[in-house]
Amino acid sequence: MLKLPGDCAEGEIPLRLELRGITKRFGDLVANDHIDLTVEPGEVHALLGENGAGKSTLMNQLYGLLQPDEGTILVDGETRIFRSPRDAIAAGIGMVHQHFMLVPVFTVAENIALGAEETRGGPLGWLDRRRNRRDVLETSQRYGLPVDPDALVENLPVGAQQRVEIVKALTREVDLLILDEPTAVLTPQETEELLTVMRALSDTGKSIVFITHKLKEVKAVADRITVIRRGRTVGTASPDTPEHELAALMVGRDVSLEVDKGPADPGRQVLKISGLIVDDDRGVRAVDGVNLVVRAGEVLGIAGVQGNGQTELVEAVMGLRPARAGTIHLDNENLVGMSTKRILRSGVGYIPEDRSLDGVVREFSVAENLVLDTYDRPPYGNAFRLNPGAIASSARDRVEQFDIRTSSPDSAVSTLSGGNQQKVVVAREMSRPLRLFIAAQPTRGVDVGSIEFIHSRIVQERDVGTAVLVVSSELDEVVGLADRIAVMYRGRILAIVSPDTPREEIGLLMAGITAREEESEQ
Amino acid sequence: MATATVEDLTEVTAPNRFWDRRRRLGAALVLLGLVAAAVFGAVAASETARFTLSENAEGAALSINGQFGAILFGIVTIAAGVTLLAGVARKWQTTLLGIGIVGFVLSFLCWQVAGKFLPLVDTASGTLELALPLILGALAGVLGERSGVVNVAIEGQFLMGAFFGALIGTMATSVWTGLISAAIGGLLIAAMLAVLAIRFLVDQVVVGIVLNLFALGVTGFLYERLMQPDAQTYNTPPQMPSWRIPGLADVPVIGPVLFDTNLLVWLALILVVAVHFGLSRTRWGLRTRAVGEHPTAADTVGIRVRGLRYLNVLVGGLIAGAGGAYFTLVATGSFTKNMTSGAGFIALAALIFGRWTPFGAFGAALFFGFAQKLATYLSAVGSPVPSQFLNMLPYLATIIAVAGLVGRVRAPAADGQPYIKS
Amino acid sequence: MTTDDAVKATEAPPPPDRRTTESRSFLRHFLYLIWSANTVVVTVLSVVLAMIIGAILIIVSDADVLATFAYFTARPSDALTGSWDVVSAAYADLFKGSIADPEAVTAWLNGTGTWQAVFTPISETLTYAAPLVFTGLSVALAFRGGLFNIGGQGQAVIGCITAAVAGFALPLPVVIHVLVALLAGLVGGALWGFIPGILKARTGAHEVITTIMLNYTAGLFLTWLILQNGVQDPNRTDAISKTVDSSAQLASFGGALRVNLGIVLAVLVTAAIAWLLSRSAFGFEVRAVGANPAAAKTAGISVAKTYTLLMVVAGALAGLGGATQVLGTAHALTPAVAGNIGFDGLLVALLGRNRPWGTLLAAILFGALRAGGNRMQSFSGISLELVTVLQALIVIFIAAPALVKTIFHLRAARAARLGASMAKGW
Repeated sequence: MLKLPGDCAEGEIPLRLELRGITKRFGDLVANDHIDLTVEPGEVHALLGENGAGKSTLMNQLYGLLQPDEGTILVDGETRIFRSPRDAIAAGIGMVHQHFMLVPVFTVAENIALGAEETRGGPLGWLDRRRNRRDVLETSQRYGLPVDPDALVENLPVGAQQRVEIVKALTREVDLLILDEPTAVLTPQETEELLTVMRALSDTGKSIVFITHKLKEVKAVADRITVIRRGRTVGTASPDTPEHELAALMVGRDVSLEVDKGPADPGRQVLKISGLIVDDDRGVRAVDGVNLVVRAGEVLGIAGVQGNGQTELVEAVMGLRPARAGTIHLDNENLVGMSTKRILRSGVGYIPEDRSLDGVVREFSVAENLVLDTYDRPPYGNAFRLNPGAIASSARDRVEQFDIRTSSPDSAVSTLSGGNQQKVVVAREMSRPLRLFIAAQPTRGVDVGSIEFIHSRIVQERDVGTAVLVVSSELDEVVGLADRIAVMYRGRILAIVSPDTPREEIGLLMAGITAREEESEQ
Repeated sequence: MATATVEDLTEVTAPNRFWDRRRRLGAALVLLGLVAAAVFGAVAASETARFTLSENAEGAALSINGQFGAILFGIVTIAAGVTLLAGVARKWQTTLLGIGIVGFVLSFLCWQVAGKFLPLVDTASGTLELALPLILGALAGVLGERSGVVNVAIEGQFLMGAFFGALIGTMATSVWTGLISAAIGGLLIAAMLAVLAIRFLVDQVVVGIVLNLFALGVTGFLYERLMQPDAQTYNTPPQMPSWRIPGLADVPVIGPVLFDTNLLVWLALILVVAVHFGLSRTRWGLRTRAVGEHPTAADTVGIRVRGLRYLNVLVGGLIAGAGGAYFTLVATGSFTKNMTSGAGFIALAALIFGRWTPFGAFGAALFFGFAQKLATYLSAVGSPVPSQFLNMLPYLATIIAVAGLVGRVRAPAADGQPYIKS
Repeated sequence: MTTDDAVKATEAPPPPDRRTTESRSFLRHFLYLIWSANTVVVTVLSVVLAMIIGAILIIVSDADVLATFAYFTARPSDALTGSWDVVSAAYADLFKGSIADPEAVTAWLNGTGTWQAVFTPISETLTYAAPLVFTGLSVALAFRGGLFNIGGQGQAVIGCITAAVAGFALPLPVVIHVLVALLAGLVGGALWGFIPGILKARTGAHEVITTIMLNYTAGLFLTWLILQNGVQDPNRTDAISKTVDSSAQLASFGGALRVNLGIVLAVLVTAAIAWLLSRSAFGFEVRAVGANPAAAKTAGISVAKTYTLLMVVAGALAGLGGATQVLGTAHALTPAVAGNIGFDGLLVALLGRNRPWGTLLAAILFGALRAGGNRMQSFSGISLELVTVLQALIVIFIAAPALVKTIFHLRAARAARLGASMAKGW
């Protein structure tokens, strides 16, 4: 496993960081409201909060990407102003972003060298490739983070790319490392490795600020926890604090992690997928022979870490991505090769996983978004013309039914909050007779109140006999909603389990370890 | 463990399509080759086609029977196409495509030159000269676009370069002052492009087109006000002298082409090499490419994205302006309205056809220069092929390139997107 | 930070100075609107700014006036009056040539002049404007769908060709001939728009490049075609085609009043496009795809089909513009028959914010500039190229409203959406 360097390397000066009263506004929105934070030298400090709480904004100010409107940053007692990442790096602060800041077409060495290249002089700076490579290998070995300097970043798996990002920060001789949601795209195995690396780094004297919303990881590795909610610090805690208390601090009230639903009454097979093979954008096999059945009146949940083919599977069912082989039957029709429009017309509802990208048209009004896939059908219109009256009155009805908070159905959808935008998508899809309802990441980036509403509507849809397929990377959501859970790993369904299955087992499946492998290991 | 395991999956393999890109290219080449062999071969006169190794009809020559040559090279094209159809490794794809196209062109030439002569030296040096502004314009495009700024205003930069080269060159009676002024003329348009695109976030394609019209208007206006009434004072710039490197200039064919020519040609050739090595081997090049592919990543390591883009666009403007000097200080002796008539867009085409790389752009520019030279030659010898259709060649070739028929052309990932700190 | 500071920091910021509109007088409200830079204000200021720069160009290129600047410090009045004279004469001609000449009006009122002379400037304006409406709509519609149609020029040229050939090659009775010729122009342009459309849909080839390349191809094709047997005017040796039959020409008032039915057609088509965008299913698809192609695709709209059909319609519009030009004004094909209407159409669309009626108004403005420019060239000796410069400058300032605001120190408007900032690349 990982080798740990025994002692603190020479020249390591522990860094003490203090943030006082940091405030940042974006127009009327106060993203950070007088936040105080102290990070002791050599400490792993977790910054815990929900999506949208303001954690990333705070760290972006610490890294010089944004400037605070009010407040001060003190490094080792001295006030510092960071106008750009250069200043932060010079003060010994490094950052690994949630969305990797790596140039895909460059090699690992080029990415790490970027901004701090070793050169052999000349007006344009002739690159010293050998020294750049050597620096990478040195840092990599010193901290036990194996990377291949000549590999192209776009060919590396996600965990390896993250290692490159960490090595990149470490080569700048940082004393405080900020990690922004580092485990969002890692398998449980890779997460374990990362947590070990974090502990090792802090043992060498580096301080780490670890931004996340995952309670278990925080308890596993943090020395201290600061909880942020709605832009404000709501308290510091120690890792012994029980989970439900931490969750309550995060969301502000007792959160029921259960979904209110009765038993399912499954009927006929509505969706039958056989031997489905789908490639991703780069031509790599993403769905590798999937067989799946969803019955009327049940919710089938697909669990798995993001990036194991769930996205491509759903896109293939909806006709948004070609299937290389296999069949997808909706009752008796094969959907493979059908246009998305026909699939939607056949009684399929679809909530895409990235609503701002492909769920709503931000410039359109709420009313227009509500008919985005039915505008050319009576009563909203026909193949030639629209029927504005019908569109408007139906919009009013649905805004009320689905509790969409908007000043008017003619307001642009961009003025709505994330949760309400998602409700627009849900309203659009659930307002017509459906045989099959597919929801991908239905509550990502949605506030708690809207989450409960959307979950209840999904259960309602199941209860009227629709077959429901839910894909989510939040295991809690899948366990709460589904009647059966299919675990997807590397493009295959490893197993189909009941929601009562112990979480550790599901976690192992999500990491690709099946019952057979486990047994053979024993 | 209460799990319901899934049955063993039977291996399902997806079929590989037969008509992939390689095969389609091969089929197209076979078709071209058939046209060459059958049509050109049929109508070609059975007389000798002489490709002389000098500037005129005398001297040593490569001779070949017109009809025989047309059929022969047509067969070469067919062979290349058949090889592609049969399926070869990807690395041979471009070479075979090149062979196929060269074969087609040679077949065509055999037909046209049968019974006449084609002076190779004159053709080569003419090609290089006609390609000269295209090379410089395309290089200017490379600099800007590799750092993420689309430059459709090359045409405007040419016009300003040509105009100021003529104007200041005449007034200072020095071709070198003219050249420098031409570069500055291009710089002016580049500065407007940079400010509007980088600072004011105007759409870059729109800005480029509008700047072209602006340059057209300004140069036309000043031409009518200053040059037309008094050409002597304003519009008779000295021409760029031809310099000869003794020894090297005596090498057959390439000698006179490369070593007995004007400074601008050498400047262009040096710049191609310089930009290539600059982009791939220097810190500036690494940062430029990073800014063009993933500006946010570059920003987070402390690179000044906007500053670098400004620098590259402005330097590109200097180069394009120098390219404009070609028109008034090398090709003709004076400025006329709209004299570039689309050369800037052919340079843009060369940039894209050459996949945003210096050597690629150089090759594409030579190809387009050759097409133009051929058009002049053919109309001089009274060929039945109308010159207008030959002049269409660069434009049609670019459409074919962009439509991916010769492989995907991929612009730098952040090309055209202004960088906004969020 | 002391406790006091901390307390102050937590207080709400002072309320902005925003009294309700009812409480302000009308004058105050008017001044507030001017100050806050909405669309109309920016347009007007852009025109003013462009004219100022144009004035500088006029002064700089007039040798006599330049001479007076040489001794500016000694006698500034010479330079100033000289400059004022030449600029005001030029811009007065611009007005007289495009809208009305006060002398002609007074002449008509006291019986020494004809009413035709009074309306000639407006007739010229509308004559130049008509084809620009079509090419402008072509670009504007395409922009709404997210496509850059830079190919208006080529599509108009092909439209000229097909309309003209239908005009002199088909023997048809009066009304039918016009309609058939217009239809031919429409179809020709549609074909020239179809090519980049299908390439974009099938291969992703960027339409900016393909349309620009097709522009030059069309121009070269035109120069070749004019000289061919069957097309070239048999009585002429220069590059001009046969004249379009009178039965195919668009009726005009006759004499000095060149304005023809083209402008009427332009208004009708503008209304049709406005309806298309806001009330038709296709218009909905175009707007959705233009705003967010991914969401449109997810909702079942076929982006490829929309792009193709959009380019066909855009090409048809530009082709109609070419047809109007050749059937209404030029009446025969020459290498420059389409003038610059394609590129001017691009500027017109930008000025009109890609909205149908805005495009119509912008086309009329450009037509006025062109008509006035003609007179400015004949009477004041200022080159017509100045009009090109003015047009380009106006559009630059429109497209960069931030620039105008900086120059005039205007505050940002809250409601008005300025400029078509659709920053995209290849």
